Amino acid sequence: MILVFAERSEDELYRQAVTFANSLANGDPVQAVGVDDPAGYSPDGSATALAQVIRDRAPAAVVAPGTDRSNEVLAHVAAMLDLPMAANCISVTPGDPLTLTRIRWGGSLLEQARLHGSPALLTVAPHAVAADPAIEVDVEEIPAAPGSVRVAERVETTTAGVSLADADVVVSGGRGVGSAEGFAVIEELAELLNAAVGCSRAVTSAGWRPHTDQVGQTGTKIAPSLYITCGISGATQHMAGCKGAKKLMAINSDREASIFASADYAVIGDLHEVVPAISAEIRKTRGG
Amino acid sequence: MNILVSVKRVPLTGGKIVLTDDERAISTRHLGFTISPHEECGCEEAVRLIELHGGSSTVLTLGPPEAEEQLRDMMAIGIDRAVHLFTDGPDEWDPQATAQAIVEAVRNEPEPPDLLLFGNESADAGNYQVAIRVAHALNLPVVTGVKAITKQDGELRCEQEVPGGRDVYVVPMPAVVTVKEGINLPRYPSVPGRLRAKRKPLEASTPARPEPRLEMVKLALPPGSGKQAEILGDGADAAPAVVGVLRDLGLVNA
Repeated sequence: MILVFAERSEDELYRQAVTFANSLANGDPVQAVGVDDPAGYSPDGSATALAQVIRDRAPAAVVAPGTDRSNEVLAHVAAMLDLPMAANCISVTPGDPLTLTRIRWGGSLLEQARLHGSPALLTVAPHAVAADPAIEVDVEEIPAAPGSVRVAERVETTTAGVSLADADVVVSGGRGVGSAEGFAVIEELAELLNAAVGCSRAVTSAGWRPHTDQVGQTGTKIAPSLYITCGISGATQHMAGCKGAKKLMAINSDREASIFASADYAVIGDLHEVVPAISAEIRKTRGG
Repeated sequence: MNILVSVKRVPLTGGKIVLTDDERAISTRHLGFTISPHEECGCEEAVRLIELHGGSSTVLTLGPPEAEEQLRDMMAIGIDRAVHLFTDGPDEWDPQATAQAIVEAVRNEPEPPDLLLFGNESADAGNYQVAIRVAHALNLPVVTGVKAITKQDGELRCEQEVPGGRDVYVVPMPAVVTVKEGINLPRYPSVPGRLRAKRKPLEASTPARPEPRLEMVKLALPPGSGKQAEILGDGADAAPAVVGVLRDLGLVNA
């Protein structure tokens, strides 16, 4: 039996986890459990409840989506049961030891590994597995156990304008922008396209933009229909944050920049000339 | 208060990753090194908390002898001392082995830390579990993915970013906290800071490496995008072609 840990707020990722579990089950049953905790989320409380189910039912593997929360709960389970755990897997082959492929560097590198321990504890990298639309697995709610750490309070944040993570179009600037003031041309183009403004890690490290604007492995992961990068070279740190973009348009003065290898459209030139020219052309086209 | 921050030396990968011939590591012949971004913020947070509340900060790494460079860098921004656990040879340490070595080192500390800081996940392996394993072994509470820490008497108020807001956890010390980049903007080391760092104490030891239970076999590059970018032009002259694409995508209507 394969056990899936279901996070109720993550439906699509849950279906991906079940699809992954099916690839491991080889016809064996797949059961899904979720923790119902009216007192608020407790990572070790959820893990204690899940660990008890694992002791009682002895699954061959436990699979969860590779979200912050499920990675956290499964890591607690791994520590409680003294088992190895592999986070953010993309494929798995049953066996003893079980072999798997997981992502490193936010997806810029793959690792093939063997997992020595049973049950295998695995989380599934988000959007690495296509969810089977036919999947129907009932999630059984199990009561939470007491935990030492619990959410005490939720502070809601209201974001003005288009949120970076959900934006349909994102325009980002990199080191090539040169200064905080240099972002005026990026903001102008973003406004014309009703886009969110993003930036690379070099920009936040220099203090030109807040970290909330940073696209990348340690920033925000985006999935717009169109992503326009201005003066961004394409370091793995940045590319790990924009793999979900459907189309990438790169503007860079260095024709050897690695970003062009991932781009659909390329403009070679100084962004301080190219971007204002694009904004002017949009206004002209719109008859403004 | 005493704070111990764990960090990991990782290559500065740049735009394209190249593997070694045995495909078990990244070729670093042309690369510099740094520590994971979340951990750099962890060190900055430790320095700020000590500046506010007094006490002492320690940076710890499990890594090759060359990782002293990263320990000195962190002492240059204000960390007081370093603990260096040498890895012997090129074999990777899995998360359980790493956590065990850190736990032993913490138990050997002359003053037990009130706060153990970690990055939420390392930039390279990204196993998301070392800090949680350390917390369980030391029987301490742990909060992950923290973007703000406030000390209130013997407690820590930790804010974690979640979709739509922030979840707040209040935990007693001693505690383990993993932080994410964005909790602060790390300072650059000053020249006097670098000079002071050379004289700060560094204690080294060589723990034994247990057999890995998550055993890396080899690394591989993901399949390329296979994309061939359509070149829209050079400089400002490309603007009409760019707007043509934007029109095709339905973003600009005449």
